[in-house]
Amino acid sequence: MFTAPPAWFPAPISALASAFDAQFLRTLWLTGFAFFAVQVLLIYIVIRYRQRGKDPAKFTGNVRVEILWTTVTALLFFGLALMGMPVFTIPRLGPEPPGSEIIEVDAHQFAWNFRYPGPDGKFGRTRLELISDAGGNPLGLDPSDPASKDDIVVSTLRVPVGRDIVLTLKSRDVIHDFFVRELRVKQDVVPGMEIPYRFRADRTGAFEIACAELCGLGHSQMRAVMLVMPAADYDRWKKSPAQH
Amino acid sequence: MEEKPSATLTTRPRVRWYSSDHRSVARLYFFLALIAVVTGQALSLIMRFHLVNPQAKVGWFESFWPTGAPSGVMTPELYLSILTLHGTIMVFFVLTTAPMGAFANLVLPEQLGAAHMAYPRLNALSFWTIAAAFAVLIASFIGPGGGPLSGWTAYPPLSAIGAITGPGEGLGQTLWLLSIAIFCAGSLLGSINIIATVIDHRAPDMALMQMPLTCWNWFVTAILGLLSFSVLLPAGILLLSDRLAGTSFFVPAGLRVGDEIIKGGGGSPLLWQHLFWFFGHPEVYMAILPGFGAISVILAVFSRKTIFGYRAMVTATVAIAALGMLVWGHHMFISGLNPYSSLAFAVLTLAIAVPSSVKTFNWLATLWGGQIELTSPMLYALGFLSLFVTGGLSGIVVGQPGLDQYFHDTYFVVAHFHIIMGVAGVFTIFAATAYWFPLLFGRMMNETLGKLHFYLTFVGVYAIFLPMHFAGFAGNPRRYADFTTFDFLAPLMPLHRWITHAAYFTAGVQLIFLVNLAWSARRGRVAPNNPWNAPIENGRGEWV
Repeated sequence: MFTAPPAWFPAPISALASAFDAQFLRTLWLTGFAFFAVQVLLIYIVIRYRQRGKDPAKFTGNVRVEILWTTVTALLFFGLALMGMPVFTIPRLGPEPPGSEIIEVDAHQFAWNFRYPGPDGKFGRTRLELISDAGGNPLGLDPSDPASKDDIVVSTLRVPVGRDIVLTLKSRDVIHDFFVRELRVKQDVVPGMEIPYRFRADRTGAFEIACAELCGLGHSQMRAVMLVMPAADYDRWKKSPAQH
Repeated sequence: MEEKPSATLTTRPRVRWYSSDHRSVARLYFFLALIAVVTGQALSLIMRFHLVNPQAKVGWFESFWPTGAPSGVMTPELYLSILTLHGTIMVFFVLTTAPMGAFANLVLPEQLGAAHMAYPRLNALSFWTIAAAFAVLIASFIGPGGGPLSGWTAYPPLSAIGAITGPGEGLGQTLWLLSIAIFCAGSLLGSINIIATVIDHRAPDMALMQMPLTCWNWFVTAILGLLSFSVLLPAGILLLSDRLAGTSFFVPAGLRVGDEIIKGGGGSPLLWQHLFWFFGHPEVYMAILPGFGAISVILAVFSRKTIFGYRAMVTATVAIAALGMLVWGHHMFISGLNPYSSLAFAVLTLAIAVPSSVKTFNWLATLWGGQIELTSPMLYALGFLSLFVTGGLSGIVVGQPGLDQYFHDTYFVVAHFHIIMGVAGVFTIFAATAYWFPLLFGRMMNETLGKLHFYLTFVGVYAIFLPMHFAGFAGNPRRYADFTTFDFLAPLMPLHRWITHAAYFTAGVQLIFLVNLAWSARRGRVAPNNPWNAPIENGRGEWV
C-alpha cells in the first residue's frame, strides 16, 4: 500500500535520479534493519528483565563491548555516507558538459519564468524598472540591447530529452526553491546569486515544478510545468516559440 | 556547603512570584512551559484541521481573526503565521524552557549539594525576561497586520524587507524578532547561572567526574546555550536593524518585490542562515541533552542497576555537544553553499550518529540484567528510547546531502524532527515531571493515569509521525498552506486525513496528563522521603 504512488517516489527520469533511488534503498535497508533490531531488543529486554524480586546484575561497564559497538556503527554510517556522495556531487561539481542547453530560471513571488537566449546564444540585458507582467515583460528585458530582441520568455519549462541542460537559477525578491520530484534534486533560488542546476532527462513527459522554500503567502501555489520533449520537437519550438 | 536534609525536599514548597528561591523559579518556568505547550498544541490542531479542510468555514476563526479568516475561511497568510507561532513557541518556550529552566533549577542544586544557585536574583530575572519574551511573541501574533509568516527560521529577504513581502511581515515580524532577542538575553543569564553553579557550588568532595549524569548534561547544555544564544542575539539585532534602520546585512542588491524596487543592498541572505543555524543546531541538543540526563537516572533507578559506562556517557554527551556546534551547515545543503562544504558538514553530521548510538547501547546495557519496574516515569523513559532510535535513524537519511536534496523541506523532515526533537524531547519532560513531581509539589502523580497517558500517547505519536514519512517519500513540501494546487498532492489527502485524526486523538489524551497534573498537585499521595525506593547512599536519598 505504501510502496507505490501516491505515497512513494514517482518514477525517476534521469540517471542521477536512479542513482538516488539506489542510495536511498541502501540507506532504507540499513536503517530499517537497525530500527527493527533495536525496537525488538528493547521489547525483549523489558519483558525478560521485568521485576521478579531477584537481585539485579551488578556490572557497570565493559570497555571491550563499548569499543566494538562504537567501531561497528562508525564503519557502517561512514561507509553509507561515502557511497552516497556522488549523488550530491555529480550535478554540482566538475566541468559543464559541452553543448549544454543554457536556460535561465527566474523565480519571484509567486511564479516561475524561463528564459532562452534565442538564436544568438546570448541573454539580453534586463532592468528591474522595466518589469511589467501586464505589459508582457515579466523579466524586464531591455529593448535597447540587441541581444535581448530574440530572447524567449515563457512560463512553462521546455527541455529536450537526452541533452545536457544547465539551468541558471535566479530570484529577484525572496528565496525560492526549484524542485522537480522526478529529477530527485532540489536547489534553493537565492536573490543575489546565480546557482547552476544540471540534469539530463531521459524520458519525455510533463512534470510539476514546485517551490520548496517558504516564500510568502502564495508559496503553496507557486507551480510550473516542465515539458521534456523529443529533441526534434524542441528544436522546432525554439525556432518559432509563438506558434506552439 | 550546607547540605539540605532530604525531608525538606518533599515538603510542598510555596510558589512566590517574586521569590528567587531556585525551586520557586523552577515552578514558574514549569508553568510558563505548560501554558506555552497548550498554546502550541492548539495551534498545531488548527493547522492539521485546515490542511484537510482547506475550504471549511469556521465561525470562530472569523471572530478570532477577522482579517486572517474573512467569512471563516482561513487564508494562507493566517495559516503561515500560525505555523510560525507553533514552531517558535515549541522550540523556544517549551523545549528550551522546561528541560533547562524548570528542571535544572529544580534538581541541579540538590544534586550538587548546593544550598542555592550561584546567582539567585539573576535566576529570577532570567525567568521574568523569558516571560516578557513570551508576551511579546503573543503580541506579534495578535497585533495589527497579523503574525509573521516566515516560519521560526525567519529567512531574509522575506523577513527583512517589511510588509511588502506579505501581511504580518511588518509589525508582526519586528515584534517576533524582538521577542527572540529578549529570549536570547534571558537564556544567556540562565546559562551563566548554571555554569557558575556547577563550577563553584558543588559539594567540596564532589569531583566533576563524580557528578550525576544529569548535572553533566545541564552543564554541557548551559555551555551550548552560552555559545549559541550569544550568536543568535546579535544576528537578531542585525536583522532588526535591516528592518528598522535601513542597513543591508542580509539584503542583496537588485531586488524588486511586486512593483517596488528595494533600495540598498550588498548583504547576503546566506549570512543569516549561517548565524541562525549556528544557533539553531545546538538548540536541538539544548532541547534533548537535559532529557538524556534524566533518562539515564530513571533507567538506572527502575532497573535497580548502576548506569552502564558512566565515563562513556559523559564522553558521548561532550562529543555530541562539540560536534553539534560544527554541523549547522547540514540545514543548508541545498541553500547554494559550496558543495565541498556540504560534504564536510555531512561527514561531521554522520559522526554525531556514533556518540548517539553509544548512548543508546549504554542505555540498553543498563536495562540488561536489571529488575525492571514499569512505573510511569520508567515507561516514559522507555518510550523516549524507542522514539530516539526512530528519529535518529531518519537522521541518517537526511544527513546525507545526496538524499537531503530530495527530502529537504518535505514532510519527511517534519516527521524526523518532530520525533527526535519534539516528541522524544517531550517524553523526557513527561518522565522528568513524573519522576521529580515530589520536588515540584511535594506529592506523587497518579500512577494509573500516568500509565494510561503513556500508552495512549505512545501509540498516538507513532500513528501521526510514521505515516508522515511517506508523505515525504512522495515529495510533499512542508509549509504549504494547502495541497490543492499540485496534481501530485491530491492523492495524498487520505494520508493527511489519517495524520490529522491521529493528531486529534493524541492531543485529546493529553487531557489525561493535565488532569493528573492538576489533581495530583493538590490531592496526590504525599511523597515519602525516598519516593522511588532508590538505593540510599551516604544517608542521602539518591532518587533526586
